[in-house]
Amino acid sequence: MASKPAPPLTRTQELWLLACAVLTLVPAIQPAPPWLAAALILALAWRAWLWWRRATLPPRWLLNLLVVAGSVGVFLTYRHLFGKDPGIALLILFLALKLLEMRRPRDGLAVIFLCYFLLLTHFLNAQGMEVAGLALAALVVITSALASLAHAGSGVLAQLRLAVLMLAQALPFMLVLFLLFPRVQGPLWGMPVDAYSGMTGLSESMSPGDISRLIQSGEIAFRVRFEGQIPPQPSLYWRGPVLGNFDGRSWRASLAREKVGLPDTATSQPVGYEITLEPHNKTWLFALEIPASLPAGASLSREYLIQARAPVRSRLRYAMQSSPGAGHDPGESAVSLRRYLSLPPNNPRTQALAQQWRREATDPEAVIRRMLEHFRQESFFYTLTPPLLGENSIDEFLFGTRRGFCEHYASAFTFTLRAAGIPARVVTGYQGGQRNPVDGYLIVRQSDAHAWAEAWLEGRGWVRVDPTAAIAPSRIEAGLASAMPASEALPFMVRADFSWLRQLRFRWEAVGNAWNQWVLGYDPQRQREVLSRLGMREPDWQAMAAAMATLCGLLLLALTAWALRKRIRLDPTQRAWNRLSRKLGRIGLARRPWEGPADYARRVAQARPELAQSIQAIAGLYVDLRYGKLNGDAPSQRLRGLVSGLDIAVSK
Amino acid sequence: MQAVASFKRWLFRLYGPEAAPIRLSQRRVYVLPTRAGLAFAASLVLMLTGAINYNLSLGYALIFLLAGLGLVTLLHTFRNLVHLEISPGRVEPVFAGDNAGFGLQLHNRRGQSRFALELKLDGGETQACDLAAEATTLVSLPLLARRRGWLRPGRVTLETRYPLCLVRAWSYVEPDMRCLVYPKPEASAPPLPLAANGENGGPRGGRGSEDFSGLRSHQPADSPRHVAWKAVAREQILLTKQFAGASAAQVWLDWNALPQGLDVEARLSRLTRWLIDAHSRGLAYGLRLPGRQLALGQGAQHFQECLEALALHGL
Repeated sequence: MASKPAPPLTRTQELWLLACAVLTLVPAIQPAPPWLAAALILALAWRAWLWWRRATLPPRWLLNLLVVAGSVGVFLTYRHLFGKDPGIALLILFLALKLLEMRRPRDGLAVIFLCYFLLLTHFLNAQGMEVAGLALAALVVITSALASLAHAGSGVLAQLRLAVLMLAQALPFMLVLFLLFPRVQGPLWGMPVDAYSGMTGLSESMSPGDISRLIQSGEIAFRVRFEGQIPPQPSLYWRGPVLGNFDGRSWRASLAREKVGLPDTATSQPVGYEITLEPHNKTWLFALEIPASLPAGASLSREYLIQARAPVRSRLRYAMQSSPGAGHDPGESAVSLRRYLSLPPNNPRTQALAQQWRREATDPEAVIRRMLEHFRQESFFYTLTPPLLGENSIDEFLFGTRRGFCEHYASAFTFTLRAAGIPARVVTGYQGGQRNPVDGYLIVRQSDAHAWAEAWLEGRGWVRVDPTAAIAPSRIEAGLASAMPASEALPFMVRADFSWLRQLRFRWEAVGNAWNQWVLGYDPQRQREVLSRLGMREPDWQAMAAAMATLCGLLLLALTAWALRKRIRLDPTQRAWNRLSRKLGRIGLARRPWEGPADYARRVAQARPELAQSIQAIAGLYVDLRYGKLNGDAPSQRLRGLVSGLDIAVSK
Repeated sequence: MQAVASFKRWLFRLYGPEAAPIRLSQRRVYVLPTRAGLAFAASLVLMLTGAINYNLSLGYALIFLLAGLGLVTLLHTFRNLVHLEISPGRVEPVFAGDNAGFGLQLHNRRGQSRFALELKLDGGETQACDLAAEATTLVSLPLLARRRGWLRPGRVTLETRYPLCLVRAWSYVEPDMRCLVYPKPEASAPPLPLAANGENGGPRGGRGSEDFSGLRSHQPADSPRHVAWKAVAREQILLTKQFAGASAAQVWLDWNALPQGLDVEARLSRLTRWLIDAHSRGLAYGLRLPGRQLALGQGAQHFQECLEALALHGL
C-alpha cells in the first residue's frame, strides 16, 4: 500500500498546537530552573514569530544541537536525568523543540501527547481548584487541536464545539472511574526527595516576636470536623511542639525522641474529631490536649506530642480522640524533671523575684497564683507590636516594657516558675478556631497560633497554665480580635468588621475544603467510606472493578444509543407517497422497493382497474413534485388529499 | 493465504456484490484504535503510574477524563460512518491501461454532517469527502484497468478517523457495478487498411454530390471544402460536413485479414486502434470477428458497439 506523504500542517492547525503548548508550558515556567524558563520563553516567542511571518522552520541539525545542549543543561542542573524534576525539565525541553520542527500531523500528535504529560506534571506543584480549572481549559484546547488534526476542513468554532461536546460526554466516565477505580495508597516506589520549603507554621524554637509574626498569616493550619458539638472555645488548646530548653532569649524543643504510651484518660469523656492538616513539612501532628488515641503510624513523645513517621508534605487527614482538660503524667522522676528546672545564668532580677516568691509561698501552686496575680494587677499590656527586647529579655519585659504577646508571657512565666524551683516548660500550638457556618468545620489558622506554659505539680502531673488568660481573658474566650484594641493592625481574617467579606470567604473556604476532602483527599479509606454509604456492602477491589465495568458499559450503551439515533425527516410528499403504499398494502399491492412511481401505478391499475384513474393521478403528481416540475406546499397538499381520499374496497 | 482470505470474508460478511442501496448497518461497521490511539492509551497507562506514585488526585481525574474521551471518540468515529448509504453511480468505459472511475453515490440520511470519509478500492487510490446533513455526494474511485473485459471494483473500503484520529472505523462493501474495459489501442499500429480491403474499401466515385448526413468535429486531415463555415460562425468550432454514401470512405476491420503471427490480444489491440482511427476520420466501418460481424456504420453508437464487441471478444 503506497500511502501518500501526509499533507503539511495548515496554519489553523499550527495555531491550535501553539495554543496547546502555551497553555501547558506557561504554568511550567515558574517552577523550572531559570535558564530553562528563559529558553522556553524564547522558543515560544520564536515559534510564534515564525508562524506570524510564515517563515520556514529551523534546520534539523540546529534542533538536534539544541536537544543535546538542553539535555546537558538539565544534567548539569540536577546531576542526573531520571526522577521528577529532571523529567519535567526534559519534557519541557522536548515540547519546546518539537514546536520548532512541527511540520506534519505526526509532529502535531507528538506535541499533543507531550502536552498531556506536561499537564499531569502541573499537579505535582499544586492541585487547587484554579489549577484544575486551568487544566480543563487546556484540555479543551488540546482536544480541539486534535480535532483539527483529524479534520482540517472544519472551522475553529466547530472544532471547539466538538471538543467541548466530547469532553462533556467523557465527564460521566471520569466520575465513574474516579469513584470506583480501586485506589492504591501511593507511592509505588520511593518518592524522590524534593525540596519542600516556604511552608508557614510553628517551628522547633520560639523567640520573642515569632508568634506575633506568625499570626499575621491568615493561612489555614488545619481543619477539624467534630463528631459531636464543638467543645467550648477556652478548652480548644491544640498541642504542638513543647519547648523545654531556654538560652535566655529563645526556647527550643528538646531533642528527646522517647516514646510513651497513651495517658490514662478513663476519668473524662473523650471527644472524637477528624483533622485535615495542611502540609507544614514537620513531623508533628496537632491534636486537642490531651490525646486519647493515635492516628495509624504515629507515636506519642514523652511530651505528649504526636509524631508522624515522616514530615507532613501533603494534606493529611487523621481521626483523633482527646480528653480536654485532663492532667497528665508520663511518669516523670526527679532526674527527668531536672531538665525543666535548668536556667541560663541571666535575667537576675526575675530570678531574685521568683526566689522571693517561693520563699513566701506555701506550695508551688501559690507561686503560680501569685505570678498570674502579678500579671493581672500590674500594668501589663497584650499587644501584637511589642518593643524589641535585648539580652536579658525576661527582665526587660517584666520590669521594663511590660508589653508583649503570648510568647512573651509564656516565656516569662515559665522562666519565673523555673527560678522558683517548679519544673515548667513552654507549649506552642494553636488556641481556639473559627467555625465555618457553611460546612460546620472548625478552621484553625496560623493567626490562632499561641504559646502557653505547663507546670509540674506533685501529685497532679503536668498542668496547663496560660498566662495570656490572665492578661487578656477574651483572647482565650472569644479569639484574638476581641482581645486587641481597635488601633492594632490585625490580620484581615481575624478582624470583626467586614462581616460580608468574611461570609464570602467562609463560603469560598467551605468550597475549598469540600474540594480538599472529596477530590484531593479521595484516598482508599475515603473511597471505602463513600462506597459503603452508596450501598456497596463490601467495597473490595473486585466489587469496585465489577461496578466500574458495569457502569462504564451502561454509559457506553447510552452513548451507542445516541450514536445510532436516527432522525430521518421525510418531507410531506414522501410521507404521503409512503402512506399510499401502506394503504394499498392492505389489498396486497404494496410498492416494491425497486419499483418506480410509473411502474407501480401501472401495476396497481392492472390489478384494480377501478383505481386506475386515481392512482395515475397520484403517481403523476408525485413524479412532478419529486422530479422538479412542481414544488411548493399547495401541490403537496393536493397529493396528501388525493391519497387520503383514495377509497379502497378491501373486500373483493 | 486462502484460509485467511476466506476467514476475512466470513468475518467481514463479504458474500459478493450487494444490491443497492447498501446501508452500513451497525453490524458491519468495525472500530479499532489507530496507531495514534494505541500511543494515546499507552500514554494514559504511563500517566496513571505517575499519578499513583505521586498520589495526584487531580492526575487521576485528568487520566480518567482522557480515558472517557477515548471511549467517546470510539462512539463518535463509529457514528460518523454508521447508517451511511451507498449506491452505485456512473461507470464510463475505459481503455485498458487507463484508470477506471467507479462512481459511488453516498447518501447521508441523517440530520448531522459526516466528515473526513475515506473511500478506497483494493489497489486503488484513496478519495476523501465530507457529507453534509441529509445530502448526497458522488465520489469517483479510480482503479487501474489492466485487462479488457468487465472490470469489477471488488471490495470498497470506507473508513474514517474523524473526529480525533485515535480510532478508525471502517466497513467493506461490494457494490454491484462493473466497468467495461476496451482493449488497449496498439501504440504503433500500421495505418488503416483502406487499400487492402479491395472489394469495399477505398474512396469511390462522386464528388460530394451525395446527401448531406450531418456534422462532426473537424480533423486535421479534412478537406477545407468540407468545413461547415456557417456552423463555425454559429458554434465557434470547426465542424466538418459529412456526406452519406460514396463520398465517405468505407473500411472493413477484419480479424482474419490480420497477419497470422498475431495472438488474440494483439489482434484486438490493433483492431481497436484502427477502429478509433476510422471513427475519428469519419469513415464508415464494419467489424468482422470470428463468429460475429458488425455491419458498416458510423456514429458514436456504432463506435461503442464495435468497441464493446472487441472488449468482450471471447469472454
